[in-house]
Amino acid sequence: MQTDVKENNPLTRKDFVSDQAVRWCPGCGDFMILANMQKAFANMNHKKENFLSVSGIGCSSRITYYLDTYGIHSIHGRAIAVATGAKLANPDLNVWVFTGDGDCMAIGGNHFIHACRRNTDLNIIIFNNRIYGMTKGQSSPTTPVGLKTKTSPEGSYETPFNIGEVAIGAGATFFARVPDNDHALMEDVMMQAYHHKGTSVIEVLQNCVIFTDGIHEQITGRDTKNDNQVILEHGKPMVFGSDKKLGLRVDGMRLIKAGLENGTGKTLVHDAGEMNSLMHLALVKMQIPDFPVAMGVIRKVDSQSYSEGVHQAIASARKRTSFKSVTDLFQSGNTWQIE
Amino acid sequence: MSKSVLSPEMRKAVVRFSGDSGDGMQLTGDMFSQSSGQAGLDLTTTPDFPAEIRAPQGSVGGVSSFQIQIGGTEIYTPGDQVDVLVVMNPAALKANLHILKAGGTIIADKDSFNPRNLKKADYNTDPLEDGSLDDYHIVRAPATSLTKEALKDLGLENQVMVRSKNMFALGVVSYIFSRPLANPKSFIQKKFASKPVLVEANIRALEAGFSFAESTEIFGASIVIPPAQLPKGTYRNIDGNTAIAWGLLAAAENCGKKLSLCSYPITPASEILHELSARKDMGTIVFQAEDEIAAACAAIGAAFSGNLSATTTSGPGASLKSEAMGLAIISEIPLVMVNVQRAGPSTGLPTKTEQSDLYQSLYGRHGEAPLVVMAASSPDDCFYYSYMASKIAMEHSTPVILLSDSYLASGTSPWRIPENGELPDIKIPRFEKPAEEWKPYIRDPEFLNRYWMSPGDKGFEHRIGGLEKKEVTGNLTYEPLNHEKMTKIREEKIDRIANKLPKQEIIGAQTGKLLVIGWGSTHGAINMAVSELLEDGEKNIGFTHFNYIKPLPANTEEILSKFDRILVCELNNGQFVNYLRSKYPKFNYLQFNKIQGQPFFISEIKAEIINTLTQ
Repeated sequence: MQTDVKENNPLTRKDFVSDQAVRWCPGCGDFMILANMQKAFANMNHKKENFLSVSGIGCSSRITYYLDTYGIHSIHGRAIAVATGAKLANPDLNVWVFTGDGDCMAIGGNHFIHACRRNTDLNIIIFNNRIYGMTKGQSSPTTPVGLKTKTSPEGSYETPFNIGEVAIGAGATFFARVPDNDHALMEDVMMQAYHHKGTSVIEVLQNCVIFTDGIHEQITGRDTKNDNQVILEHGKPMVFGSDKKLGLRVDGMRLIKAGLENGTGKTLVHDAGEMNSLMHLALVKMQIPDFPVAMGVIRKVDSQSYSEGVHQAIASARKRTSFKSVTDLFQSGNTWQIE
Repeated sequence: MSKSVLSPEMRKAVVRFSGDSGDGMQLTGDMFSQSSGQAGLDLTTTPDFPAEIRAPQGSVGGVSSFQIQIGGTEIYTPGDQVDVLVVMNPAALKANLHILKAGGTIIADKDSFNPRNLKKADYNTDPLEDGSLDDYHIVRAPATSLTKEALKDLGLENQVMVRSKNMFALGVVSYIFSRPLANPKSFIQKKFASKPVLVEANIRALEAGFSFAESTEIFGASIVIPPAQLPKGTYRNIDGNTAIAWGLLAAAENCGKKLSLCSYPITPASEILHELSARKDMGTIVFQAEDEIAAACAAIGAAFSGNLSATTTSGPGASLKSEAMGLAIISEIPLVMVNVQRAGPSTGLPTKTEQSDLYQSLYGRHGEAPLVVMAASSPDDCFYYSYMASKIAMEHSTPVILLSDSYLASGTSPWRIPENGELPDIKIPRFEKPAEEWKPYIRDPEFLNRYWMSPGDKGFEHRIGGLEKKEVTGNLTYEPLNHEKMTKIREEKIDRIANKLPKQEIIGAQTGKLLVIGWGSTHGAINMAVSELLEDGEKNIGFTHFNYIKPLPANTEEILSKFDRILVCELNNGQFVNYLRSKYPKFNYLQFNKIQGQPFFISEIKAEIINTLTQ
């Protein structure tokens, strides 16, 4: 939760549009993320000069040049590390990290799991198009088994990461997933991430029109999305399907989907705030065709953020010490005079 | 038997405390340093302990030593050879005898020279009795038994009593050098304040050692070394790593910035991370990163946020940080990277000293990637150069690499605490005109630095990053001529810093046959070697020592031109000499290199200089 109240100077989406020409391929899912981010930024209760956008390398990471905030376009995989240093240095900042499935889950995987573990106060948006786009089509850690890419011409035989599973497994306190074409949900999730204290991870199922065009189509397409997505809302039953006639239940140790003909009695009600991550992991792992893919805020639990911990430790050390300046420190301990 | 090296006229002396890892030799040495400093002596110390955290007890591999040179003249090294060797067991004798001077004094705990310990140290006979040490003065001190005797009515367990025998040794050495016991006693009182019985035990052991030395008359009259002529002021002993940490703190305070330290543990640099972790009381923001890369990148983030920002490491970590240093260079961010060098490549000799990361610091990045390289030259001047590295980084919007090494990191020397206003001011380059007139790559016309505007500065929102920037605006561009121009500006910005550096100075002859050159941590040994030759009447040699390496001081070429030949001494295979060859190819360079993970001895430098002069 951020507390840096902006002055009587309401911001609009346009305040966050930079003067740089946007250079993504026409039809790229990145455009939607940019537009929704600018809109969400304008609604956040933060002074414009305290926004910081940090990105790594890849198509996704160009976004920092298009957002008119303070920004760092860093190096491959390291956006989270850069953002961590920046946030600790100035806890008033509202820090957003933009990264992709290659940048974040491969070369930057180490920083990602440690950010989840520490609960650093960062908002991380992962553009998941399941391919390396900027380097022209190599398989990534989220490329599905069987997909032919430049580096898997016979079809990928590597087991991909499920980003939510990695995040929650590493201790993330906030994980959400959204399709790139659901503007309202994306903006809502961005705002929930903003209000969350700690590391917020948002996976966007993003379409790459060049290398993996339509890779999320089964999940996000107009005709199939109702059956293939379940949008989770805290406190609401997990129902989905064109007529909202399907629900999720627990049967023994497994999740099952079941018709609601006999009422919603046994249908699971979403609790994003449950500390035990067992059910969140089960939900995050659901895949078509057996299950709908879970969207919305899947996990959102309260825990101290790393930046809070660091600054509380500093504050209490400052309170205890008698050192007023470095001279007091230097003069402490065994000293002697030469006359 | 050789004539004893101990004499009432001696003006400096080298003492080495040596024992098993658990014998408390580092503490004993530290206490002797304190009381020597208090007596107004100059001194330099070095610890030497096993790489293993718990080496087998009583083995040669488990010997821990602490060496100190004290003197009434200026002392720049812990000494080549030892005058007084304190050995708490046979293994300590075995490990150290080779550096004891002929005629030197051995103070041995004779109680520990029992068959079991002798065997562990691979002695077939007792060296204290078999005549093999006839070239030395042996003091067979029953340290264990006399300590136990002195402590017998305190109700302590045997093990606890025996642990106090290091204070017995300190008592003996304190007597030899006429050191009153007041200082170590007050140290003991502070250290064991919560355990009065240990205060009593340690003080009794200390006094027992002192009385033993006094009453047995083995030493004749004790030695009084007159105090050194050090500048007035308040002093304390400081090791290189603490001095670096404190230099950063002082720089942050001077310019009113917070300090962010982002590091990953690595020998021999970790103590900087430890010290600053304990300095939350000064407001320091410490991030122990998940790896070296994260540490460097977080430091870049912290610098962009507007803090004085540093990352500390050793060679292997510096390799991992090199891509991030490139980002700091192209985005022109103020950043201090400290490399406490160790012997490499790879894991190499991780606890030993070397100066072999100079090439890495100068050239070890992809692309044209210039930054500032500096080197500290004594444990205490690590403070000053850490301060200056911070000042240069922030004033010139550039990453700076400060080189220290294992020898400076753990060695100590007396440090005069700077008085208020003594350190040069740090002026942060901020854009003072309205935000509308600002662009991220507008530069100071004289020094070419960018202006440092950070999140929180209203109206100055801007993006930086690793892609090439358009001059002035900072927009992305692939224009060929712009890249060439920006590359040259980044180099020129570093070169112009030379105009702010102090002139390089020569000790000894200002012109002549041979200029001896050193850089970084070898200052002590080379300086002593040259000074001794000058005292002996040698008139043809000069000595100059570099702390600023890139850029070099503005008068470097002029100095080099004044001598027929140049001898560059360094603890690597010739990195600085080749750097000079590439910059100033017309001069006649010779090189003297040592790559043994050990510092220079004064004697070997002297021999090399004499050898060179006679060729």
